[in-house]
Amino acid sequence: MKSKLLIALMVGAMSWTAASAEPAVETVKIGCVAPLTGPQAHLGKDIENGARLAVDTINATKPTLAGKPVQFVLQVEDDAADPKTATVVAQKLVDDGAKGVVGHLNSGASIPASRIYADNDIPQVSPASTAVAYTHQGFKTTFRLMANDSQQGRALGQYATHLGKRVAVVDDRTAYGQGLIDEVVKGVKAAGGEVVAREYTTDKSTDFTAILTSLKAKKPDVVVFGGMDPQAAPMVRQLHTLGMKIPFIGGDGMQTAEFIKLAGPAAEGSIGSSPGLPIDKMPGGAEFTKRFGERFGKIQIYAPFAHDSAVVLIQAMLRAGSAEPEKYLPELARTQLDGVIGPIAFDDQGDLKDGPVTLYQVKKGKWQAVETVGGPAAKAAAK
Amino acid sequence: MDVLLQQLVNGLILGSLYALVALGYTMVYGILELINFAHGEIVMLGALVSVTVLGVLVAAGVPVPLALLLALAAAVLVCMATGVLVERIAYRPLRNAPRLAPLITAIGVSIVLQNLAMILWGRQYLSFPPVLAPQVYAWHGASVSNVQLLIVAVAALTMGTLLLLVQRTRLGRAMRATAQNREVAGLMGVDVNRVIAATFAVGSALAAVAGLLIASYYGIAHYNMGFLLGLKAFSAAVLGGIGNIPGALLGGLLLGVIESLGAGYIGDLTGGFLGSHYQDIFAFFILILVLIFRPSGLLGERVADRA
Repeated sequence: MKSKLLIALMVGAMSWTAASAEPAVETVKIGCVAPLTGPQAHLGKDIENGARLAVDTINATKPTLAGKPVQFVLQVEDDAADPKTATVVAQKLVDDGAKGVVGHLNSGASIPASRIYADNDIPQVSPASTAVAYTHQGFKTTFRLMANDSQQGRALGQYATHLGKRVAVVDDRTAYGQGLIDEVVKGVKAAGGEVVAREYTTDKSTDFTAILTSLKAKKPDVVVFGGMDPQAAPMVRQLHTLGMKIPFIGGDGMQTAEFIKLAGPAAEGSIGSSPGLPIDKMPGGAEFTKRFGERFGKIQIYAPFAHDSAVVLIQAMLRAGSAEPEKYLPELARTQLDGVIGPIAFDDQGDLKDGPVTLYQVKKGKWQAVETVGGPAAKAAAK
Repeated sequence: MDVLLQQLVNGLILGSLYALVALGYTMVYGILELINFAHGEIVMLGALVSVTVLGVLVAAGVPVPLALLLALAAAVLVCMATGVLVERIAYRPLRNAPRLAPLITAIGVSIVLQNLAMILWGRQYLSFPPVLAPQVYAWHGASVSNVQLLIVAVAALTMGTLLLLVQRTRLGRAMRATAQNREVAGLMGVDVNRVIAATFAVGSALAAVAGLLIASYYGIAHYNMGFLLGLKAFSAAVLGGIGNIPGALLGGLLLGVIESLGAGYIGDLTGGFLGSHYQDIFAFFILILVLIFRPSGLLGERVADRA
């Protein structure tokens, strides 16, 4: 910790001397928050690297703000995927004078932190949080570049109905699971399907035979689950044990490598959705993979979204000719640009307009993209 | 009808797992009148050890039946050692203390074991290697898989062995004698400390078997899996009459069936007011009912100063 502090001081001193040597160059601090420790550390690092690539690329073009040369500096903080830590580091970024924030990863971290940013009028662009509530708190400063759970739930509902008219749903009674399934139900109805049964479980259960047996009696064509992989994996196993040979579908909570590992052979054929496009379908995907690969290696999921989050923030500052939030926030809301992830524009809430959702299926023990639903990006990808 | 039948099948399988765990509670209570709340964590240890050993052996190319036996052996050894160790360092020094002290200690041991497992195995879920290719048999509209049949068979075999041990061997007689009256048994030449340690060892071995079966059935194992399971098995033991071995069997099976039927029909019965995520309330609702109306349990004798 001490050595880190020392390095920070040295870097600070160096940047100060650099600034004093070249007084014309102004620096603007951009915050970047993600879990950099704990089980999601690899995903957090992905966000940091994506944002860093964007900042460095823009700095290399010698940008100017209102005619004066400017350099952008990324200040990276670790929220450990923890809501409490998230608020602490958010306050730290505010105190350190960050003009905009890329982050956080988890909805549970983004939501409490967003209040602090909003109170200090600092725009926040999350590359990963999907809970509907994040942008629906009435804050003008919250934006995101991922389809939210409502867009995802509808896409799932429509896809489920397309596989079979009689849909059974199960949710784990968490904010995420319940919210997702509520939207799935709307999607199923809109697509002309019928929800024949709705059952519930918890995010700590492992035995689902009783509820699956109840579902079996209603003769569904497909089962949709709203919850995370530790429940989804035993559930799909038990579905097979009960002799129910019907498609099993879930959201991004189960569209994970962990799900395949835990469910074993029973995972085969399961369908999971994830917001955004697969990287090879993104308009700027191939080029970004190459550029990112040269510097950081393999992309996990979020790097392109984090990259575009930083780009969106900085471009708004450049267009407004100011890094002051009250000047560039209106520009940020009016964003219209083609990012790595596709065309980017925000709706009134700060959600990505027509955010695409991609459906994946487990084939030969791997998630493979099968279809992308919604969004101009989807149309672009179809070309 | 086929739904009801399927729910009964589900319940019996769940129940045989509960029964196996409940036996550990009931044996220790029978002999020490101590509710060993750490017993659920012993099951968890059994599951984690067997998953780890099995994973290593399968990856090394050991044939599946042999790997399963070795994993079981490793789990049984670790659990027995842990059970005996816990008894030696946590319970024996408190044997003559007021009854509340060992109870609180048991809760403490449970927390220690859980955290140790978290440090050793991490927070993530471990997956049981898919060594048994699942096969599903249909029977009058209900489905049963080979894994489920195996669970029932192993549970029945283990419990049968236990009954033989308790009823037909010297050690069993010593256990029964110690359960009836520890001091008199000691005066008759029974080494009480050894008998108590053996009881913990046998109960922990059952827990190891249960841990392996549970991990193979659900496919996952986790440092936190023993807590709720332990509470439910304890409820099953109380339902059957704590301290009574056939009672633990009956209580376990009954609780499994009640939970399955309850979770399957609660939504319809309450008009959707309570959904199937209330599955876990049945165990504790029954625990309360039993404690109020029949504190000695279904098969328990009425002993005024117990429980």
